[in-house]
Amino acid sequence: MIFLTRKAEFSSAHFYRNPAWSDEQNREAFGKCANPNGHGHNYTLEVTVAGEVNPATGFVVDLKLLKDILEREVVSVYDHRHLNHEVPEFALANPTTENIAVAIWRRLDGKVPNARLHRVRVYEMADLFADYYGESADLLDRNATALNAQTVA
Amino acid sequence: MSTPVVHFSRRYRFSASHRLHTPGMSDEQNRATYGKCNNPFGHGHNYMVELTLAGPVAADTGFVVSLPALDALAQRELLDRFDHTHLNAHTAFSADFLPSTENLAFELQRIFAREVPLLDPTGRLRLSNIRIEETGNNSFDLPSQSDAPERTR
Repeated sequence: MIFLTRKAEFSSAHFYRNPAWSDEQNREAFGKCANPNGHGHNYTLEVTVAGEVNPATGFVVDLKLLKDILEREVVSVYDHRHLNHEVPEFALANPTTENIAVAIWRRLDGKVPNARLHRVRVYEMADLFADYYGESADLLDRNATALNAQTVA
Repeated sequence: MSTPVVHFSRRYRFSASHRLHTPGMSDEQNRATYGKCNNPFGHGHNYMVELTLAGPVAADTGFVVSLPALDALAQRELLDRFDHTHLNAHTAFSADFLPSTENLAFELQRIFAREVPLLDPTGRLRLSNIRIEETGNNSFDLPSQSDAPERTR
């Protein structure tokens, strides 16, 4: 098995707000990220898939095909849009880097032929990023947390 | 759908000097082992430390961790302690501590594995990985033991 990663970029606006909270609570929790008209980032997306090399082509996945899938499923929806106002998955959930990584996973899961989605990494900026490994990893995390508690103790 | 677990990473930078020299070896052996890293007054690097935390995405904020809280922790335990210091002379280390980047990673893992869970009242946040780049060409990854299977699966 081998891992293959493709990058894509999109530039989007967002803000953070929990509608159940007062303006003051939002300001306290989210700081300048709560400014009501939003702000923007150049996001970098890295999608890693895992699979076996097809002996006929030497590829796991045709990179052009993967590029087209990222363009169709993600970039065309997110790029030069306001995530809160224009992207349905963020109508209720904050478009944090964490939630964007999960949302992109859900958009891509099952869409890449001959490969398994392994990791979605979203950079909000060079020094801040989030990785999501999918729902099967969520289940494993319960064990990791328990093990970690033992290690630290 | 279970709460997604996301790995959140943040990069910090500090500059410090060090010298690779171990008292268990003769001066000649030290020179042979460490080369120019053994020069008596030390030398310095711009270190990049990447902390990766794993935890569930909180429904009310969309965050795995409060960024100001993480930044404050890194400021206190990493930047305030080590930035613009000579690691060999550092009071945090015993006299026979060899401040190779590997050993620094283990020291930081010890600190952050203890401190990171305290940032999260639900107790599910943990340190997943520490990456240190000593230079643009040298980097070290130290996964938390509990997390390794999940990331390399």
